[in-house]
Amino acid sequence: MKLTCDEATALCDKNQYNETTLWEKVKLNIHLFLCKKCGLYSKQNHVVTKCVEIHKDSKLIKEDFLSEEEKEHIKEELEIKINQ
Amino acid sequence: MPLTNKQKLNPTKWVILHADYLFNYTISRVSNHDIAKDIVQDTFFAALKAKDNFQGKASERTWLIAILKRKIIDYYRKINSVKGKAEVKMSFYTDGDREGEWIEECVPTNWNNEIEKSIENDELGVALEKCIEDLPEKYAMVFKMKTIQQFETEEICKELEITSSNLWVIIHRARTQLRKCMEESWFKN
Repeated sequence: MKLTCDEATALCDKNQYNETTLWEKVKLNIHLFLCKKCGLYSKQNHVVTKCVEIHKDSKLIKEDFLSEEEKEHIKEELEIKINQ
Repeated sequence: MPLTNKQKLNPTKWVILHADYLFNYTISRVSNHDIAKDIVQDTFFAALKAKDNFQGKASERTWLIAILKRKIIDYYRKINSVKGKAEVKMSFYTDGDREGEWIEECVPTNWNNEIEKSIENDELGVALEKCIEDLPEKYAMVFKMKTIQQFETEEICKELEITSSNLWVIIHRARTQLRKCMEESWFKN
């Protein structure tokens, strides 16, 4: 029933994806009510989630393609192997 | 397509027909350009070697993706087995009387409220990206698949051949390190 801070923050992380069970939520909330450190973690964790949410399209997923030269290079390497 | 019309492989056309698709699939998982490129190239080589095993039941692309998935698992196993140097920074005691308690210097401290309100700031995006890049590769990979690409837990577990409790431990360690990194690089000033 009693969680360590490590276990509580792990549930807190899982909770960011809404994948905790009802029982896990209950245990987590009891811990957060009693533990200031984890309470602060929980609050800041939520901010981190929002940051990722906001910035995931701009910075974190860059458009990335193979260049024509790179493709040409792979093609050449592959052709060598085909002809072996 | 009629069942009698068996699919055939045409390796000389693989790069033109499938390289972009395979690269796109790979980059959303490993997020390093050169590594993704190498994995795609390896996939073509492995496919060529195994071409006699192709039975023509699936399309050429489906068959290549199956091989690519193996290559991604191999890569994940490789980064997962590099011990020591790629470990995440621990925030909690892992043994002794204080097991599971916060390590003093990792305890969250209050953030500057004003800065907290400005999370749309572009520079914060840069700081966040840097903190994610600082994570050991396997943690960054799982964190990104779950949080940015938003794959289902089950899907990631299947793809990387890990258990869900494994996945949540990785996410937990990634997020504790990430929170601390963001505290130091952004929210404390």
